[in-house]
Amino acid sequence: MSRDLSPRTKLVLYGVLLVLAIPFVFPTWWMVTSSLKPVSDIFAFPPQLLPVNPRLDAYQRVFELQPFGQQYLNSLYIALVVTVGTLAVSALAGYAFARIRFRGQNVLFLVVLAGLLIPSEVTIVPLFQMFFKLGLVNTHWPLILVPILGAPSVLATFIMRQFFISLPGELEEAARVDGLGRFATFWKIALPLSRPALGAVAIFTFLHSWNLYLEPIVFLSSPEKFTLPQALTQFVDAYGGPMWDVQLAAASMTALPVLVVFVIAQKQFVEGLAHTGLKG
Amino acid sequence: MTRTDTRVGPVEARPALVPARPFWTSRRRDHLTGYLFIAPQLIGSAVFVILPLILVVWYSLHEWNVLAGTFEFVGTDNYAALAEDPNLGSVLRATGLFSVGLVVFNLALALLLAVLLHQKLRGTIVFRTLFFSPVVVSLVAWTIVWGFLLQDNGGVNGLLDTVGVDGPNWLRGDGTAMLSVIVVQVFKNVGLNMVLFLAALQGVPGELYEAAEVDGASRLRQFWRITVPLISPTILLTSIITVVGSLQVFAQIAVLTQGGPGTSTTVLVYYLYQQAFQFHHFGYGATLSIVLFAIVLALTVLQWQMRKRWVFHES
Repeated sequence: MSRDLSPRTKLVLYGVLLVLAIPFVFPTWWMVTSSLKPVSDIFAFPPQLLPVNPRLDAYQRVFELQPFGQQYLNSLYIALVVTVGTLAVSALAGYAFARIRFRGQNVLFLVVLAGLLIPSEVTIVPLFQMFFKLGLVNTHWPLILVPILGAPSVLATFIMRQFFISLPGELEEAARVDGLGRFATFWKIALPLSRPALGAVAIFTFLHSWNLYLEPIVFLSSPEKFTLPQALTQFVDAYGGPMWDVQLAAASMTALPVLVVFVIAQKQFVEGLAHTGLKG
Repeated sequence: MTRTDTRVGPVEARPALVPARPFWTSRRRDHLTGYLFIAPQLIGSAVFVILPLILVVWYSLHEWNVLAGTFEFVGTDNYAALAEDPNLGSVLRATGLFSVGLVVFNLALALLLAVLLHQKLRGTIVFRTLFFSPVVVSLVAWTIVWGFLLQDNGGVNGLLDTVGVDGPNWLRGDGTAMLSVIVVQVFKNVGLNMVLFLAALQGVPGELYEAAEVDGASRLRQFWRITVPLISPTILLTSIITVVGSLQVFAQIAVLTQGGPGTSTTVLVYYLYQQAFQFHHFGYGATLSIVLFAIVLALTVLQWQMRKRWVFHES
């Protein structure tokens, strides 16, 4: 495939790539520029690719209509706690399944792997009932506990196990000669070496939590508890129609920080997410 | 490591048990450490995966209406109701249509983009970043923007107007609503499959193409006879990920079409959500969960079978 191309072919390829890029780039561009337009210009014809009368009114109203700052914090702290928790649970379990021999190991690994076969939508009804009985509906506990301990962390454990299997055994023997126990070997030798895998798991776990939609709308009912995806859909007028400028301003504030981080660390994102082969 | 060392050791180096050993042999320690390490994951799986799976079966055997406060054992009544549900056909059709449409569009576009980015061109990394960027955009934010673009007087029809095409009301039309939902989802996540294909293409040895070139095979023929067979494991992997992911689609439907117009975009998970959490039929919601589980399980088994027959080689 990668052979030298004539200048003419190159020109055609660039043209094709540019056209193909439109549906990937234009929505984000349109989201940000439209959020800066007054409502009267939002559906203007011909479309304004750049806002003619830019203003920040919509951004102000986002915070007036919803406790958006609180909702932002909710999403952020839940995603961070879930990420750290998942890293801890999956690194420990992944290491044990890869490097320690214990009775029933294979059977237990299969039991855990079953989580990969069970989409969280399948168990949402009983999970709701379980948390309802515990009095934890309309709290953040279900959004924290289920991802860290339940099905979503299974993939993380699987990835960590695959990584630890690939580590050379001599490292651990050296650690043992130095008198390190199992946990110290894991903590001081294996974990620092597993940074690429931990990074990949951290990225997809954070994005998964940040994007979660079904679980928040099932478990949460008061606006100050909402997470961002749920909050975005709440900016509607008295007739239930969307307030586009405000929705797009809130959507921009949700999407842009992650996009900026992505552009800075795009190599880690692309390789991390591709190697874990996971959709968001 | 000496024979009296009781610290943990690798399996191979572990000596046979000697009678005089203390209770905490390295083997016993290893067992204990192993159990402690996996305990959070194992207990978590038991509580949040296995237990709910058992409960969902149990609930599906009950008539359970939260609003009415009823919870009674009804045997297989919910399954009988499922068979007679007038919406079931439409729901399964919408689910199948979405999955097939998504997989076909997604894989075709992902492969096209990967082949383009695999060419010797400057700046492909920039395009890779652009094509990948929607993956990291919040799903609901992405969906809201597309909902905005696909309004009757929205950006897409605005652009179509400038070239003299009168676009339809995408999200309200019978066929176009499903098409819209599929397209929005394809552009959101195609970057993941593209990157996987790109990695696979880089693994195809260049000499194969040179040999084919000498034999006078056309580019297209080379693609079908060399590239596709060699990357078939990746094609299978991406199709598995994409199909299973497509069955879980929810936010896009909830935000863009609310299952409409009519029930034309009411896919299984959305219907499950409506029955359980909007109409409070938890028993029936549990029954629909089992249908979803059965479909995922059947697809997984099917794809394992295909893997044996179809895929050129296993990496």
